[in-house]
Amino acid sequence: MISLAGRDIHHAWGKFVLTGFGLGLLIGVTLIMAGVYRGLVEDGRALLDNSGADLWVVQKDTLGPYAEPSSLNDDIYRTVLAMPGVDRAANVTYLTMQVRKGEEDVRAMVVGIAPGLPGSAPGWPPYLIAGRQITRGHYEAVADIASGLKLGDRLTIRRNHYAVVGMTRRMVSSGGDPMVFIPLKDAQDAQFLKDNDAIWQSRRRTEANPAFNRPGVPGLLEAVIASQSTNSSVNAILVALKPEQAPDEVAESIRRWKRLTVYTRAQMEDIVVTKLIATSAKQIGMFLVILAIVCAAIVAFIIYTLTMDKIREIAVLKLIGTRNRTIAWMIMQQALALGTIGFVVGKIAATFSAPIFPKYVFLMPQDSIAGFLAMMAICMLASLVAIRMALKVDPAEAIGG
Amino acid sequence: MKSPSLQRRTLGLVAVVVALLTLFVYVAVRSGPLAPVAVTVAEVESRALKPSLFGIGTVEARYTYKIGPSFAGRVKRLDVHVGDRVKAGQILGEMDPVDLDDRVSSQESGLKRAEAALREATARQSYAETQARRYEELLAVRSTSEEMAATKRQERQIADAALSAAREDLARSRSDRDAVVAQRSNLRLISPVDGVVLLRDADPGTTIVAGQAVVEVIDPKSLWINVRFDQISASGLAADLPVRIALRSRRDQLLNGRVLRVEPKADAVTEELLAKVVFDTLPKSLPAIGELAEVTVDLPRLPEIPVISNAAIRRDGDKVGVWQVVDGDLRFTPIKLGTSDLDGYVQVLDGLQAGDKTVIHSEKALTAKSRVKIVERLVGAAR
Repeated sequence: MISLAGRDIHHAWGKFVLTGFGLGLLIGVTLIMAGVYRGLVEDGRALLDNSGADLWVVQKDTLGPYAEPSSLNDDIYRTVLAMPGVDRAANVTYLTMQVRKGEEDVRAMVVGIAPGLPGSAPGWPPYLIAGRQITRGHYEAVADIASGLKLGDRLTIRRNHYAVVGMTRRMVSSGGDPMVFIPLKDAQDAQFLKDNDAIWQSRRRTEANPAFNRPGVPGLLEAVIASQSTNSSVNAILVALKPEQAPDEVAESIRRWKRLTVYTRAQMEDIVVTKLIATSAKQIGMFLVILAIVCAAIVAFIIYTLTMDKIREIAVLKLIGTRNRTIAWMIMQQALALGTIGFVVGKIAATFSAPIFPKYVFLMPQDSIAGFLAMMAICMLASLVAIRMALKVDPAEAIGG
Repeated sequence: MKSPSLQRRTLGLVAVVVALLTLFVYVAVRSGPLAPVAVTVAEVESRALKPSLFGIGTVEARYTYKIGPSFAGRVKRLDVHVGDRVKAGQILGEMDPVDLDDRVSSQESGLKRAEAALREATARQSYAETQARRYEELLAVRSTSEEMAATKRQERQIADAALSAAREDLARSRSDRDAVVAQRSNLRLISPVDGVVLLRDADPGTTIVAGQAVVEVIDPKSLWINVRFDQISASGLAADLPVRIALRSRRDQLLNGRVLRVEPKADAVTEELLAKVVFDTLPKSLPAIGELAEVTVDLPRLPEIPVISNAAIRRDGDKVGVWQVVDGDLRFTPIKLGTSDLDGYVQVLDGLQAGDKTVIHSEKALTAKSRVKIVERLVGAAR
């Protein structure tokens, strides 16, 4: 038995393949959109993974440090370290700001990491793609490749200059901003340090305050000014637990005895994914649904038009006594072939264009498989309409018209 | 029978389908989560590390002389300005004496009066002496009464007492005058050392409380740097180690110095050790007091043992170690780390031998199940 669909495609393959390409680009966009949605969620997860923490200790009653500002004294980590079940604990600061490199500036999340050797404290970048980790306690930085910085660059944060000694990949904030890791003490300064004008003005204000500038008490003004320009706060304490420890139990005991708010990994993921990126994820999800509907409609139209184009041939087939089943099968085969070509082209297009996007596009194989199955279903449904048209056609049309 | 054009068409179709399928397979296997992770691998070297410590600090003067009056008063004149070089003993300024000069002249007059009183007492005493002697002689020849002679003897004793009282009075007046003169000279602000004027806190006419500094003088030879080292990375810090100093205003100009002492008291709040660092030779143009300085302390060279880059150190569960590629598979090797240097090399005390190969950089976090592809350099990581 000859394949009617094969012969037909063979007959006008140029048109068929081009249609498949066009459809493929549309599918590619849909896949990319799904990838953007997954990328948003994945950015949030990457942020949590890269911190290397099992628990996040933050200011009481805040959703810090990612979703809300949180401020803790930097010596609290010692008391947390003494809690049973805690293996390692380290201070960390997060501040999203513009990092300057020469004339340009880059939006980045500056992360202050506690000193020590890599692996000894949570918060350090878990892997590098170039260079080395920070060794000096000041003025060194490890930057993410998405920031556009390179090894050996000098970048400026507030008034200090930092040498980029290492590069990371996929170290981003929940908003997709690249991370720049710097030593904790510098980061504490960077959070608090005002520009020089502001410092001068604040000194003058203090001087003008008669309570602080008393002629009978020499040294008081200097002491007050000195106390105004220190920062001993951090945003959170990252806690790594001993093996086999239940995070909830340790979290509960810190909550109870240290009167701080503690989040476990599951709770933090909930905060980051459902609270922080919920709206933008929904926005993208909405768009994805619309694109999928548009895609389905276009596939249906194309198959319908392709069938209509050869309505005369179908009439001839009917005239020579071809069975309806054969004709229906031919149309469905064509639709499925078109869908397959479209999917293959779409997948290739999506994969090659994904790295060009400024934010992370995460193409999950599950999404691709689901997309392929949906595509096949849509094609089948769309071909049903065309099949109905074809079966209703009057064989007389082959002669008339 | 097929026409040649039909054959060409078939070939074209097949070519397109094959090309698409090849690309698809490539895309499915070489990208996304199924793709192998690109890693760079390096050999463990045996190397003698020369560790260093890095700290920052500010330039300070070891001795600061805060010169001011020891009691409240008003500044009369101040001859020096900030930056002036002064000599030891030089008068820098003076406080307003108010009534001290008058009190000095009053004491001078008092002194003269006491001298006059002494002269008077001396005259009275010598007269009384003479009288007493005469009456003794008269009494010896019985020309006067016993009573008269006793009276003259008593008068001589009184004159003696009056004379020594006048002498003491003179000494007291002299001391009183000296005290006022000393107070007067205490109003002068005198530099105790050869140095440079650092601050001029008050101008003539200003009222100053006792103990408040009017001028601050430092000895430029005593400049040092108060350096802070993070406690966690300050092992080996000791006195007399050589250091390299980079001042913030002269970043490219490294100065040599040494650790003078490590403070026995550390900063408990900032978790830092404090040390004082002195310059070997002071730069010609003096660094400003309060300027930020980066200090690198060179520690003695360590014996040669295997070292790795700190980028290779990973954590797997509760173990610290490195990933090794063995027959194409990844294996996590726990290691024990030793000292590290500022270039990012860390000693491996246990777990690796020189010549072992370890993963240095990777595109992703590695697990034992990751497929890896060894490359020379990762994409985007070009130097």
